[in-house]
Amino acid sequence: MSTTEGPPLIPGAEAKKISLDRESAGAHRRGGWFNGLGQRWNALPRQKQWFYLIIIVVLAYLLPVVNPPFISTEPGNNWPLACAQMSIYALVAVGLNVVVGYAGLLDLGYVAFFAVGSYTAAMLTSPDSPYVHIPYLWTLPVAMGVAMFFGVMLGIPTLRLRGDYLAIVTLGFGEIVRIMATIIPAMKGQVGFQNVGHPPGTDAAGNAIFLNSNGTPWYWLTLSVIIVVLLLAGNLERSRVGRAWIAIREDEDAAEIMGVPTFKYKVWAFVIGASVGGLSGALFAGQVGFVNNQKFDVVTSVLFLCAVVLGGTGNKVGAILGGALVAYIPLRFTAIAEYKFLIFGVALVLIMIFRPAGLLPARQRLLAYGRAAYNKVTGRKGVGDAGGSRAMSTRVSDEEKGAQT
Amino acid sequence: MSEALEPEIDVEALASRGVDLEVAERVAPDRDIAVKVGDPLVQVQNLTMKFGGLTALDNVTFDILRGEILGLIGPNGAGKTTCFNAMTGVYKPSSGKVLLEGKSLGGLAQHKITRQGLARTFQNIRLFGEMTALENVVVGLDARHRTSVGGALLRLPTHVREEKSAIERGMALLEFVGIADHAQFLSRHLPYGYQRRLEIARALATDPKVLCLDEPAAGFNPAEKEELMQLIRTIRNDGYTVLLIEHDMKLVMGVTDRIVVLEFGKKLADGAPAEIREDPRVIAAYLGEPEDDVA
Amino acid sequence: MLPSLLASMPMDNDWISFDVPSLIENFWSATFDGLTFGSIYALVALGYTLVYGVLNLINFAHSEVFIMGCFGVWFTLSALNFGPSAPHLGFWAIVGNLILALVVGMIVSALTAVIVERVAYRPLRRRNAPRLAFLITAIGVSFSIQYLLYLWRGPSPERALTMFHPTPIFDVFGTIIDSQQIVIVVAAVIMMIVIDLFISRSRTGRGIRAVAQDPDTATLMGVNKERIIMTTFIIGGILAGAAALFYTMKIPSGVQYNGGFILGIKAFAAAVLGGIGNVRGALVGGLLLGLIGNYGQILLGNSQWTDVVAFLVLVLVLILRPQGVLGSSLGRSKA
Repeated sequence: MSTTEGPPLIPGAEAKKISLDRESAGAHRRGGWFNGLGQRWNALPRQKQWFYLIIIVVLAYLLPVVNPPFISTEPGNNWPLACAQMSIYALVAVGLNVVVGYAGLLDLGYVAFFAVGSYTAAMLTSPDSPYVHIPYLWTLPVAMGVAMFFGVMLGIPTLRLRGDYLAIVTLGFGEIVRIMATIIPAMKGQVGFQNVGHPPGTDAAGNAIFLNSNGTPWYWLTLSVIIVVLLLAGNLERSRVGRAWIAIREDEDAAEIMGVPTFKYKVWAFVIGASVGGLSGALFAGQVGFVNNQKFDVVTSVLFLCAVVLGGTGNKVGAILGGALVAYIPLRFTAIAEYKFLIFGVALVLIMIFRPAGLLPARQRLLAYGRAAYNKVTGRKGVGDAGGSRAMSTRVSDEEKGAQT
Repeated sequence: MSEALEPEIDVEALASRGVDLEVAERVAPDRDIAVKVGDPLVQVQNLTMKFGGLTALDNVTFDILRGEILGLIGPNGAGKTTCFNAMTGVYKPSSGKVLLEGKSLGGLAQHKITRQGLARTFQNIRLFGEMTALENVVVGLDARHRTSVGGALLRLPTHVREEKSAIERGMALLEFVGIADHAQFLSRHLPYGYQRRLEIARALATDPKVLCLDEPAAGFNPAEKEELMQLIRTIRNDGYTVLLIEHDMKLVMGVTDRIVVLEFGKKLADGAPAEIREDPRVIAAYLGEPEDDVA
Repeated sequence: MLPSLLASMPMDNDWISFDVPSLIENFWSATFDGLTFGSIYALVALGYTLVYGVLNLINFAHSEVFIMGCFGVWFTLSALNFGPSAPHLGFWAIVGNLILALVVGMIVSALTAVIVERVAYRPLRRRNAPRLAFLITAIGVSFSIQYLLYLWRGPSPERALTMFHPTPIFDVFGTIIDSQQIVIVVAAVIMMIVIDLFISRSRTGRGIRAVAQDPDTATLMGVNKERIIMTTFIIGGILAGAAALFYTMKIPSGVQYNGGFILGIKAFAAAVLGGIGNVRGALVGGLLLGLIGNYGQILLGNSQWTDVVAFLVLVLVLILRPQGVLGSSLGRSKA
């Protein structure tokens, strides 16, 4: 046998295939409307990305004030209130996306965490509740905490098992929370809790800013929360945690064997999702001002799921788009509002069959400092074909050392 | 790790074995490279594996010595992969135990076994298809990372440090197996041979004491097998211990230091490649094919 | 969503009790009634179990397969002039009418099952889609059928139908077992035995078991996998159609667009309790769940507790013995 220290030569055919892959690597399986957008976005330098992001954020904040024609839901529905509802759905979708999109766990009872958050906020602020009362803004972290607790309680027994079980247990859990809200007297069933609290502050005339009838401040509050949650979710995505989730989604057994504590990270995904669900529930309770057992049926869970799937499973920006759309479509097109459940049910099936990546397919970026490394690779394309692999590695390591200093 | 040994680092001896200390240092800075060769690192003791009425492994005992390349061979259905799975925690052995540096691996969760220092590749490639090559390797590196949700959420300094070093080490590992120029491609877009190499890089990333390769040459042509042998030798020379399950006799005979032969779930023989080749039991039971297949 | 039910909910403080005397007093009637409900669960559970065995997939749309059967039964019986009070017909006339309704229910359910398979699962199987995609389409199909029914029939339950007035047959420990209970339990058990024999003896049954164990090898051995899958869905549908008749018999006002949902979860819980993928397990699990639910309801003092109890049973089984009482035998072991 030969012992020559040689490079692993790429046979011609392979080289060709690679160059093809190189072109297709960024693109998703199916071509489509938004793919080019995502690619161009990723190609932009960091500064430009920030620049555009700031413009988008400013526009987003202006949304309820400008009331754009054609897009506006008026006269059928008040536009700022519609914006508030869209933002809450978007937040829900961002949270559910962590569970379904990243970790690949199908949570069909997500509305239960939303309900837990709503009831927490209502029972701690509404004058109808006999319990301790705290300022509304404090209920946000409390609602998150309570929802996380339920997430752990539900996750630990089911997450050791296969995904299907999780789906059906969460489906059952969603229904159980509704039933409990009905039969436990403390939760006041259909009567519910009126006058749920809201953040403090009055305008010049002495009226409260956060009125149930005024969507704009609620929209701004929720949008700000979404931005914070997005930044944090991005931090998680580009870390060991995000990588563990995607690895679990791709091949759970292989992930475990590669040293990923899969159960632990599944519970984390579930709990983080639950906390965002609880948070959005508390915001919802505050905005609507009234909580009873009629608002949290499993049907709503499926709407949430549809928001995630529609936007692009695993893509947090897509989730925002999906959540906003799911809230927006019935409000804008009131003629079809009655059919919304049917429409979204059919949409789920059609998307999964024809465009499983959703409207905004995007791959997760899982390395916090990966960009530079990849650029370096693409920069010295072709060099890797020459020289021994050992020799190459030393040379490159020198290069990299130089680059770091 | 190997407290009792305290080996002296004989740079020249290592260099003569082809160890490039600098590269090895970058790939796994915390690892004790200059290990003394010869003491048992993994001890498989009376391992028995029963599935219902079927005994897939029957009282198998062998050691993997530090710094060697051990081949595990046997005809189809001899229990190689079962043995492998019982060692790496995929199956719970019916009886017997597996010790790594004297510590039992029994009852440990699979990811903990990996962290103890036993890493593996898969016969049927199981990469994370939607991740890039580099990300796949970094998942392996994460096995040694400490920060979790809190650190990542708040971007604590330890997390930042780990992320940065992970990329550097991940790239070094990709270079080590010779696919660094493909770091940014989704692993499912990589050519077959590269996927196999990436699997090895990902397993190495967990910083194992023993690297278990499950038929790494499956589907390779002779030239690729040659390269693979080279790579396995390099890995060993960098101080890893290697357990190799392989069908291809030429590859096994060419690269291993010692071979364990299984047949019908029992250990048939154990020895240097030359001895195994001459062993009449092995020839009768396993090879059964013309000699030229081996040579 | 269920305003009529909600209005009847007690809102006072006796929402939960541990009414042991009442449980002892009503033990036998709860038992017989529980077995009746359990038989219905078991028939639906079989649909989950069979599909799970073959495709390794929870068919979330099975609850809609069942409720479509209920609508089939309801329309048939309405057309045959059944109403809130049982029609004055002779014994054989009633039997004939019920058999007709049973057949229609089975056909409607089986057709629904076939459509679900074709629309939701087959395209994904062709593409070798990830499991999550199957679950999502399944829930989407289930949801779509539910809201088609909603748009067509409205939110309130269909007019109650009485098929016949239950007459007392036996007296066991002072508790009456009526003809309705006997009809349901006996018919359900006979059907399950037939299915069990079919799976274990017939050629098609062998095919089903082969695909359940190893789809690829079965295909290599000449089993037409697609046809086996279709057959499995049809059998599940037929049994769901039978369950639909008994359900409508037992709960006359239960035919409602979303009536399949809770029953579906209970039937799934039954399948898991018995050991999912196991045909006999579905029967055992169904009967057990029927009993547990009924006892729990009396003990805890509110009919809505049956749903909660069923759910708790599901979670407990998953924690303590995920392979179920009888273990999973039709399907592959859980990977």
